[in-house]
Amino acid sequence: MQYALIINEQPQEMSKRTGPDAPAYWAAWSAYSAAINEAGVATGGAGLETPDSATTVVLDGSSPTVHDGPYADSKEQLGGFYLIDVPSLDDAIAWAARIPSPGGKIEIRPLISPPESA
Amino acid sequence: MPHEPPSLASHRTVEAAARRSYAKIVSIIATQSGDLDLAEDAVGDALHAALTTWPRDGVPDNPDAWLLAVARRKRIDAWRRARVRPMDPSALSALESIPDPDLAALPDERLRMLFVCAHPSIDPGVRSALMLRCVLGLSADAIAQRFLVSKSAMVKRLTRAKSKIRSAGIRFEVPAEDDLPARTTSVLEAVYASFGVLHDAPNTPDPADATEPLSLAAHIAERLPREPEAFGLWALMAYCHARRETRRSRTGAFVPLDEQDHARWDQGLIDRADDALRYAARWGRPGRFQLEAAIQSAHVERLRAGAPGWSRVVELYAMLRIVSPTIGAVIGHAAALGQASGPDAGLQELDRLDPDRVAEHQPYHAVRAALLRRAGRFEEADQATRIAAGLTPDPAVRSHLLGQIGAR
Repeated sequence: MQYALIINEQPQEMSKRTGPDAPAYWAAWSAYSAAINEAGVATGGAGLETPDSATTVVLDGSSPTVHDGPYADSKEQLGGFYLIDVPSLDDAIAWAARIPSPGGKIEIRPLISPPESA
Repeated sequence: MPHEPPSLASHRTVEAAARRSYAKIVSIIATQSGDLDLAEDAVGDALHAALTTWPRDGVPDNPDAWLLAVARRKRIDAWRRARVRPMDPSALSALESIPDPDLAALPDERLRMLFVCAHPSIDPGVRSALMLRCVLGLSADAIAQRFLVSKSAMVKRLTRAKSKIRSAGIRFEVPAEDDLPARTTSVLEAVYASFGVLHDAPNTPDPADATEPLSLAAHIAERLPREPEAFGLWALMAYCHARRETRRSRTGAFVPLDEQDHARWDQGLIDRADDALRYAARWGRPGRFQLEAAIQSAHVERLRAGAPGWSRVVELYAMLRIVSPTIGAVIGHAAALGQASGPDAGLQELDRLDPDRVAEHQPYHAVRAALLRRAGRFEEADQATRIAAGLTPDPAVRSHLLGQIGAR
């Protein structure tokens, strides 16, 4: 089954991407990626630049409006995602539990299955 | 002839006393009605009341009678008020038929409940959860957390298992003599799994959580003094529990076994574990848990004597691999071989494993990394360390492993 692991990080965790904590931060992510790739589970994914680099387009009313910054209705910030293919939800949960983001909230969402061919 | 079994002391908190009474009353009602779900339903509210009031007021003189009286009162009231369904006569009569004065004299039903939870018809994957619920009285929520599932998923699994008990007509009884060894093995395995789940849960590092399965293992051994594996299991769990103060540093960092301060191990518990193991050995029926306990004992010996004693550990793992050929046993064997005969000996063992079986096996990669590092294969060691770090949900273990990358 195909899932997205959507990684929402605490702002203070994300801030470790630069500065003295950066080597440890990136080493942990590199380790996770090594493990998930070695296991043949990841089919894709990406790390996202920090939220201050985001631009949000709001499709309200008659024309879109553009805003600097991310769309975020919570303290946690979207940091990246993995696309995985695993036998069951339990396996997806196990991988989510390994994500090296203390205080993080990992959303597991199934991908839409491609429509059956006629 | 084997001597009297040693007595295995147990810790009891107020909460544990409440849950023990709960399990006992549930077992009694379930035995009489053959319906575990119904029994839990009947006593659940009473347990909640106990967990609320006993920490405040202390454990009652007769906790079982207290729980039963409250269960009756709440249940009968609820059924009388309910307009949704009529009173269930079998449950009501089960509740009412237990006379209060005889309660103290009733045999402890926990052992029967354990055998029910580990019955061959019950899915092995749910046995530990069932035990945690029905014998230790943990909430479905707490159990769900330990097994990394949602509460509703756990409730579904438990409900399914309890329906199975009812529909298969599983009897609440201790198995016959002939069946006892095999059935006991299933019970012990499920108890051990529940220990692991409570002991190692990264989100609940409180070592006190481990005392209940330990008490349960003690209870089983005491009730089955002719089953050496029951003593083996208790000893195994006791050796592990004896190190609870030293597994993590004061700052929560992971401390490998060989770096632990063994002066801070629970010596009394280790001595009792040694006794239990010696008692078990006299039966001349080695098994998985006795061997694993013996391995723990060998580690304690090795570390206290300060001399390398790895050949004994290697021997024991070789025996364990015959009795219980799991990946864990192979990895333990490889690690011990690595110490006794050099890293290449260990790596050879690991290389015989099918890579697909171990792709997500954290200890495999951790042990392999250590062996590769000692063999001077540093690039490969770093990569294996990375994978081991990526596979653990425990931040302390992850941190420890990441710290080894680049070590030469």
